[in-house]
Amino acid sequence: MNTLMALLIGILYASGMYMVLRRSMVKLIIGLALLSHAANLLIFTMATLRRDRPPLIDESETALAAPYADPVPQALILTAIVIGFAVSAFAAIMIHRVYQTTGTDDLDQLHTTDS
Amino acid sequence: MNLLLVAPILVPLLTAALCLLAWKSVRVQRWLGVAGSAALLASALALFAEVDGRGMAVSHAGEWAAPFGITLAADLLGALMVVLGGIVGLMVAVYSLGSIDEGRERFGFHPLVQILLMGVCGAFLTGDLFNLYVWFEVLLMASFVLTALGGERAQMEGAIKYVTLNLVSSAIFLAALGLLYGLTHSLNMADVSLRLARLNYPALENLLAVLFFIAFGIKAAVFPLFFWLPASYHTMPVAVSALFAGLLTKVGVYALIRVFTLVFRDDVEFIKELMLVVACLTMAVGVLGAVAQMEMRRILSFHIVSQIGYMIIGLALMTPLALAGTVFYLAHHIIVKTNLFLVSGAVARATGSFELKKSGGLYAAQPGLALLFLIPALSLAGIPPLSGFWGKYILVKAGLESGQVVLVVVALAVSVFTMISMMKIWSEAFWKPHPLGLTPAPVGLLNGPIAAMAAMTLAIGFGVEPVMQLAERSAQQLLEPQTYIRAVLEARR
Repeated sequence: MNTLMALLIGILYASGMYMVLRRSMVKLIIGLALLSHAANLLIFTMATLRRDRPPLIDESETALAAPYADPVPQALILTAIVIGFAVSAFAAIMIHRVYQTTGTDDLDQLHTTDS
Repeated sequence: MNLLLVAPILVPLLTAALCLLAWKSVRVQRWLGVAGSAALLASALALFAEVDGRGMAVSHAGEWAAPFGITLAADLLGALMVVLGGIVGLMVAVYSLGSIDEGRERFGFHPLVQILLMGVCGAFLTGDLFNLYVWFEVLLMASFVLTALGGERAQMEGAIKYVTLNLVSSAIFLAALGLLYGLTHSLNMADVSLRLARLNYPALENLLAVLFFIAFGIKAAVFPLFFWLPASYHTMPVAVSALFAGLLTKVGVYALIRVFTLVFRDDVEFIKELMLVVACLTMAVGVLGAVAQMEMRRILSFHIVSQIGYMIIGLALMTPLALAGTVFYLAHHIIVKTNLFLVSGAVARATGSFELKKSGGLYAAQPGLALLFLIPALSLAGIPPLSGFWGKYILVKAGLESGQVVLVVVALAVSVFTMISMMKIWSEAFWKPHPLGLTPAPVGLLNGPIAAMAAMTLAIGFGVEPVMQLAERSAQQLLEPQTYIRAVLEARR
């Protein structure tokens, strides 16, 4: 499972980076979304992916014995997903506005503010 | 709950909420913005007085003891940064009364500034890494909207670069955070610091340190990750770019200082070497970029980059004197840089352009404004007895004590180039007659915040002793994180 997740996260990062480097603005925000998904899955993997070890303390014990599936990263991801959603929504509106004012979807055309 | 610690976050939130309630009336929003920023500064000063007396202020949200709950903690550096945030907020709020157009005000300029200040103060006060990420997102979201608000063509081009690079940085920060959690099973900075010291995974720690350096490095605009800054800061309205120039990159520097003095404290030499190289290159490349520009705000944007290099010096050397220099430099830079952007707005208002070729004649028409430009400009270049001289003097001394001759040479040479840039602005915008023969228009209200911040620069320059002592005490705290860790983990309030 860990190997599979590692591969998946790697593919997400690679494709996210590739999309960010494309010239089209639409692909740019798809890339940004993929990058944030990759980060979220990475945090998820950090929680120890196991089905048989819930984070519950046995009656006979006083502390959690490792390894156990940590619930905290899932809470973190939930926060990150909500933030990511808001950011994606903003980015979508923004590229629409950029397209309206500049009339182009090509990032190479947007170079007048560079130095 | 320690109300003093929460107030710098609650006050701007409340102000923003009130501004939203008064959505229809721009006039009410304006004065709410000024009053709210003044209240923020007052609450920041109260917090600073408390921290100055006791050394630390710690508070746990919802009475959940560390490391389980979210911790708010202020040491001297955090409290000082909140005070500086309050100063910049108030100055920009007053300045925007006379400079922001009504179109932007109608679409929420004032509440957005308050949300931005809330995010900045939250980032300075949090003691929890994930919470730091959330505050970063809060301030980024507000800054995104402020960047794009108005929708001019140049602005939209700048916005897309600004947004993209900052989102990439956030994704890297989030990934680093996840990996760090996987390693230590904690998010509380004090707790993470203790747990990392007990673990022995030097390779992983090194990787994490570099990831954090990249994530915060993009936000702080260090070489070679700074290109978004000079491509976007000159496109926004002056009040917004002054706010960003004063505070946003400095939040990145603050996060770097926090993480590399508290979390990765026993880190291997590699990252220090990296920082030394980065500091030199940031200073040099930033200032050389500025030399090539002929637009006032582009010049100033490149100087932000160059000055960030000076702040990294202290972090790279990690001696008490160098770190004190960095803290001093942060305080000096925030005031001076905000002021220079405010002056650039006044120059553009008076002469009609940010382009140096198209402006001029200000010295003859408004000697007062010319003087007010010279104070922060000479301070930025490091002319004694202004504040920048002392900052550079301390850093150069610390560099010599550590035997980093190359670093010192670069820092001094960069100072000369800074002087050249400032003199270029002086001779073009102030000294030469206006190319079209126009008499520059008066700038009225805009002079107020500029004069106030110039007075602060003079105060730091002439009253250097107390500020330096404060910076030294702050550096002492940073170099002995045990005090911070104990205060956070043992606080029961």
